[in-house]
Amino acid sequence: MSGVVGASGMGGGGAGSPLLSVQNVSKSFGGIAAVSQISFSVSAGESVGLVGPNGAGKTTLFNCICGQLRPEHGSVLLNGETITGLPVHRRSRLGIGRTYQRVEVFADMTVAEHLLVAERARRGDGRLWRDLCNLSAPRAEELAKVGAVLELVGISDQADIPVSSLGLGSCRLVELARALAAEPVLLLADEPSSGLDVTETRELATVLRTLQRERGMAVLLVEHDLAMVGAVVDRTIVMDLGSLVAEGTFEEVMADPAVRDAYLGVSA
Amino acid sequence: MSQFLGFAIPGIPYGCTYAIVAVGLVLTYQATGVFNFAFGAQAYTSAFVFTKLVQNDGMPVWLAFVLSVVVLAPILGLALDRFLFRKIPNTNTTAKLVTGISLFVGIPSLLPVLFGSQSQFNAPSILFNPNIVYFRLAGTPVNGIYLSSAVVTAAVLVAVVVLMRTTNLGLQMRGAVESRRLVQLDGVIAGKVVATAWAVSSLLAGLAGVLLAPIYGQLQAQDYAALLVAAFAAAAWASLRSMPIAAVVGILMGVASTLLQGYLPPDSTLSAAVLPSLPFIVLFGALLLVPGMRRLDDTKDPLASVDPPAPPTTATLRAPQLSKIIRRLWYLLLGAFIVSMLTWIPPTWENVFNEGLALSTIFLSIILITGMGGQLSLAQATLAGVGAFTAAQLANHLGLNLLVGALVGAALAAAVAVLLAVVSLRLKGLGLALMTIAAALFFDNSIFSLPSVSNGQTQTLRQRWIGLGVFNPNGHALFVLEILVLIIAVVGVLLVRKGTIGRFLTAMRGSEVAAAGLGINLTWQRVLIFALSGVVAGIGGTVLVIQQQAVNTALFNYEFSLVFVVIVVTTGVSTIEGAIQAGISFVVIQQLLTFLPARFGGNSLTIVLFAAGALTYAAHPEGILEYNKRRWTMRFERLLFAGSSDPPSREPAQMAGAGGGTTHHPVTGTTVDTVMVEPLAGHDPGSTR
Repeated sequence: MSGVVGASGMGGGGAGSPLLSVQNVSKSFGGIAAVSQISFSVSAGESVGLVGPNGAGKTTLFNCICGQLRPEHGSVLLNGETITGLPVHRRSRLGIGRTYQRVEVFADMTVAEHLLVAERARRGDGRLWRDLCNLSAPRAEELAKVGAVLELVGISDQADIPVSSLGLGSCRLVELARALAAEPVLLLADEPSSGLDVTETRELATVLRTLQRERGMAVLLVEHDLAMVGAVVDRTIVMDLGSLVAEGTFEEVMADPAVRDAYLGVSA
Repeated sequence: MSQFLGFAIPGIPYGCTYAIVAVGLVLTYQATGVFNFAFGAQAYTSAFVFTKLVQNDGMPVWLAFVLSVVVLAPILGLALDRFLFRKIPNTNTTAKLVTGISLFVGIPSLLPVLFGSQSQFNAPSILFNPNIVYFRLAGTPVNGIYLSSAVVTAAVLVAVVVLMRTTNLGLQMRGAVESRRLVQLDGVIAGKVVATAWAVSSLLAGLAGVLLAPIYGQLQAQDYAALLVAAFAAAAWASLRSMPIAAVVGILMGVASTLLQGYLPPDSTLSAAVLPSLPFIVLFGALLLVPGMRRLDDTKDPLASVDPPAPPTTATLRAPQLSKIIRRLWYLLLGAFIVSMLTWIPPTWENVFNEGLALSTIFLSIILITGMGGQLSLAQATLAGVGAFTAAQLANHLGLNLLVGALVGAALAAAVAVLLAVVSLRLKGLGLALMTIAAALFFDNSIFSLPSVSNGQTQTLRQRWIGLGVFNPNGHALFVLEILVLIIAVVGVLLVRKGTIGRFLTAMRGSEVAAAGLGINLTWQRVLIFALSGVVAGIGGTVLVIQQQAVNTALFNYEFSLVFVVIVVTTGVSTIEGAIQAGISFVVIQQLLTFLPARFGGNSLTIVLFAAGALTYAAHPEGILEYNKRRWTMRFERLLFAGSSDPPSREPAQMAGAGGGTTHHPVTGTTVDTVMVEPLAGHDPGSTR
């Protein structure tokens, strides 16, 4: 494990104040409430699972936090500052990293280039004069950092492979590595184990846990693989039909009749 | 009131023509998912054949109608479906647009090649006699043209609404447009349904063409193109969904144009500026205000992920050894070209190559905006024109050297491009294409046509404007100037492509959502690439007029913007050499064709050839030339490295030169998982390379 990945952006949040605070957020589509009056918080370095059946509103909530959707009501705060009105790229530069439910990779790039782009985007690079003066070649420290993150995620052997040649599982890991290269203080991972086999899922859980414990990065994890959720998170939030139905430790919420009702349709 | 009606009623036939074509566009879009740029060309084809059969061959009107509308039009539609549009995935908006644009410019150029360039006049009417006044409405005489257009518009509207809303076929068409593959899973023979839709919509195009023919004294493709563009506006206000709204807006546009004509002072600047621009102003309004136009390109096909990813460019596949050889061959070719131009090439061909170099510079702007930026702009000739006219005016009024004027012109072209980018920030794909074509038409009709801009049509450049004593258009100085400008532009584009901005743009083409999620400011990147493209186009435009020694509105009209796209797409929009090949091959083919009989010479056959090349875009979004380069490269590589114990290692993409280039790159012939398709769902090969 390398020591290059660490929390940056707005810092780790002050004592007592949560890193992320979601307050009464609501979002509807065509009159159907996808997310309704959701409130919760995530502390710096905390790992929180966001689970619920399909259609519960988890990804919509992620999109509201990242800025891809504007909530109709409520607000999102990062380190006590409201970010509700900020565009996606500004939120990202404040330290919110993200992986996606449907894999979103850059088809014309190699694996390593994904990370290089993430690193430069985080810094707000991209000055025209630098490009025109041929000053934009990857620097040694950038390459070292890229290599370290690839090593961490376990895909360093694929660094120079075009991502369009990779399988779905590898693309998930590329997404994760890309998000980590931007040194987020909060990682929103949307079903990261989808498409991975059992071994890969276990390794992914270890990576997430390590990042959270050793680097102080907070993780908000949407996942259907409840075993993985149990292995990674400190706390679990359960959503159903756009509402929050339970919150607590993984064991507590799994024992909650409301949760069983949400998943199985009946309280067992 | 009677004056109002007197002005309004004559607008109804024009409005009805807009309405019919707009309904046809909506029907085609609703039934096939294609915004059919070729609709006007199809209408013109039927009208051309109909008029020729009646006027030249003495055929009875009814028989000519049956052959040109009932037989030819659906066959043309079926052929377009079978050989072109069926091969394009539902989600690939760029391929559909490029194919439609190729037909838009190709078909009208093909007709004179096939049938000769003899003009067709006074097309007969199929319904009512245009010379008879049937009755008066509020004192305004209603003749056969008014009556025909109103009756046919009403009949067409009722028929297509009934077809789409109440019949099983209409339901299946609407299903197939969302996902052809999905309705097949439900047991519907999707191919047959979509083919029927094409036949019906083409029948409508043919009907519209023949119906409108008597309105124009002389049958010209430009009239049908202008009509089509006006119909874009009506269709856009209907979000390409509601045929009744499209029809109503079309009729209102016709009425509004005659009302403005009636009330605005004749020969006034306002009248000259507003009247010709009305359709484009209406189209601008729709694109900015109608929310449905912003969502047109959202992926709808749940099975889109089965589409394969676009192939990589030849350069990324080549073995390093071969790349080295090819690079040296390029330098050798460039050296030989420069020496030849300066020594033995005759002046006629030197002039041809000079024009090619100027066009190549303009085409580089298309590589920037489309190849790198993933945005399809149909206004590149306009941006080139902004640069050229600015430089010419500065020379004309201030005596400024044209090369200095080129820089000012480039800055102004960049400003126009930025304005265009800002107003179309929320548009992509089809919406952006329409916005840029609306801008191009606006400039053609309201800016470039102003006497203060273009001095009428043509403005001859004086040598002293080009002067500085070094760069005059005589001798080889012009060639030296053009090759220098092109080399500087190429180096600039190369640096941007391999720099951070190039990487950000590549990321945006791959996934805008993920790019923004990493902290890339999409708005800024988009504005920046528009601006850069404007700068390159503006400089290219000025260089072109220096070569032509005259600046002419015809050099920079919207049709050239479309032709430019078609040419560059054929040679390869994803590579810089694609622009150079496009510029040079266009002028060389044009020159070679002058040795053929007159009807084959000039622009027509050249455009037909490139349009045919661009029609392969769906199968080869990298460009048919680039596709064949890849094939030959692979063959050559196999020959070159046959017997070698190690397979040739590939170039590590983009990271080379940064200390990370030692890994062997197993793109071909190795085992790297299986080919992934899901991450490319919704990925548009056309816009991503």
